[in-house]
Amino acid sequence: MDKTVNQKAWFLVAPVFLVVAFSAVLPLMTVVNYSMQDTFGNNQFFWNGVGWFKELLDPSTDLGGRFLASLGRNLFFSLVILAIEVPLGIVVALSMPRQGWTVAACLVILALPLLIPWNVVGTIWQIFGRPDIGLLGYVLNAIGIDYNYVSNDIDAWVTVIVMDVWHWTSLVALLCYAGLKSIPEAYYQAAQIDGASRWAVFNAIQLPKMNRVLLIAVLLRFMDSFMIYTEPFVVTGGGPGNSTTFVSIELVKIALGQFDLGKAAALSLVYNLIILIVCWIFYTVMTNAGAERKVQAESEPAVDFKASAGLKPVPALKPKEGVA
Amino acid sequence: MARIDLVDLAHSYGGNDAPQDSFALKPVTMTWRQGGAYALLGPSGCGKTTLLNVISGIITPSRGRILFDGDDITPLSTQKRNIAQVFQFPVIYDTMTVGQNLAFPLKNRGVPRAEIDKRVAEIGRLLDLEPYLNRKATRLTADAKQKISLGRGLVRSDVAAVLFDEPLTVIDPELKWQLRSKLKALHRELDLTMIYVTHDQTEALTFADTVVVMHDGRVVQSGTPAELFDKPAHTFVGYFIGSPGMNILPAEVRGREARIGGHVIALNRSYDSLPAGAKIEIGVRPEFVDAVTPAPGLLTAKIDRIDDLGRIRFARVRVGDAKLAARSPAGFTSSDGTAGLKFDPSHVHVYADSLLVEGAA
Repeated sequence: MDKTVNQKAWFLVAPVFLVVAFSAVLPLMTVVNYSMQDTFGNNQFFWNGVGWFKELLDPSTDLGGRFLASLGRNLFFSLVILAIEVPLGIVVALSMPRQGWTVAACLVILALPLLIPWNVVGTIWQIFGRPDIGLLGYVLNAIGIDYNYVSNDIDAWVTVIVMDVWHWTSLVALLCYAGLKSIPEAYYQAAQIDGASRWAVFNAIQLPKMNRVLLIAVLLRFMDSFMIYTEPFVVTGGGPGNSTTFVSIELVKIALGQFDLGKAAALSLVYNLIILIVCWIFYTVMTNAGAERKVQAESEPAVDFKASAGLKPVPALKPKEGVA
Repeated sequence: MARIDLVDLAHSYGGNDAPQDSFALKPVTMTWRQGGAYALLGPSGCGKTTLLNVISGIITPSRGRILFDGDDITPLSTQKRNIAQVFQFPVIYDTMTVGQNLAFPLKNRGVPRAEIDKRVAEIGRLLDLEPYLNRKATRLTADAKQKISLGRGLVRSDVAAVLFDEPLTVIDPELKWQLRSKLKALHRELDLTMIYVTHDQTEALTFADTVVVMHDGRVVQSGTPAELFDKPAHTFVGYFIGSPGMNILPAEVRGREARIGGHVIALNRSYDSLPAGAKIEIGVRPEFVDAVTPAPGLLTAKIDRIDDLGRIRFARVRVGDAKLAARSPAGFTSSDGTAGLKFDPSHVHVYADSLLVEGAA
């Protein structure tokens, strides 16, 4: 069959090229352009080559030191919230009711934090934690715990982490709940018959069935927390000192605070690259996990009990045996 | 290993106060003896699965008691009862190997390692699963999965009974026969009480030595396949067992005679004290009615068609509004579309309100 040649198709494709060019390619190229130059305002630019990138990766310079420190904080933050939110989400999903009106009630309550805009979440916690007028801060100080997220590093970290857990555990819980709901009742009945303890049921049935949604939950929560900006910025502004300054906050400080467009451009390119790489690793791991299973199944021929095991195909007459 | 007694056992999904008619399982008292092969037979929705789940403890009955060897175990949870159950759809723990699947019920009960290995090896051998014991239990065919499920049911040596809830529904017909023969062989070998739920009469009659027929939440008869065939205790049993089912005809019965329309059919026994006001019917299996050339003294019927089943021919006939099946001897043809029906008196049963009435000799 000959391919139909229709040049009019370009009219349909061209707008897409234009939109992508203006919305993605040109801004990106601008950033690349900035990352190679230095500016002292007045729209004057000076060529700097890969200088910013060299500085960025060298901890002894100011830029590199700030970048690597914030990157470390960011990774630590992601690890901590994953370590809390994933197990907590599983526990919440497990303790949710399976039927009745309480299901709807639970779902609504769980979904509420997810529906609140980031900066509102930040504002809520900013006020909630204040020692003078915030409920949490006031009560904590009243019972003798010296809590002040503005002056104490640890308090600031705890606040930011608790806030993220409050905001996003629901997502993990809802994903896990969906995974749990897909388990047929027969599995639980069989486990009962098999005398399985609560832990054995979790281990043998629930966890394996939640595997996929958990991978998705981890991926989503990691990417989100790695790019976190609004909430900690609203609550702590990156402080006290630089203690809760994550990469995105550092980036905004450099770009808009100091107006160092060159450094900021270089940083954002590297930041972007890190996210892309992590995404790619996750994607590969996930698809590989699936492919591995497939390959394994294919290399051992599908278990075909009827042909290979004792139940050999019998002559067609056999079934008549035993007819009453 | 135990004898299982059900004492006045009943269950309603609507609670104990629901009207008795709505009970999924109406009060039943019966005994399952140790080592028996039972089939629980009945149409969908007759309460078979409810009864099974009550015995295994998945459902707590609304009333009544269950005794294992005389001990009341009604309040015990499924885990604490010595019951194994195999479900309609195979359940496989697919993160484990086939062997670990078989070992799971034993491991959960803290059986020593050596004992577990011994039992798993034995059940693996009986079910021909030996080559697969160390393989992950993923990507298995439906029958392989169901064999593993069966294995998990059979692996415990201390169970009072193994319950099967239509376990072969998802299996191909040819394999069904093999697995069922396997089950029968296992029953002989392991000396376990087995209760097998099915709606397929052939499956029930070939598997079991005692068939329990359920209808509308009630156990209507329990007996050997021959008893069910020869002497159905309920018109439903007569109709449900056998193909074609039993002929049921409304009749007036007095003494040793049954009257249909104006025609008299002789009975072998005497029925003098039939309950007053009851709906009286006679039942006779098609195998014991002959469709022959009409003659005086025979009940005349209109022939709808004749089914030739090879070894035997059944005439489908009509008496008034009632439809009957009758054996049609080789060589019989009807010139005018009518036939005379000859009944075998020793196989004509009388039913009052669908229940068999034993006549006096």
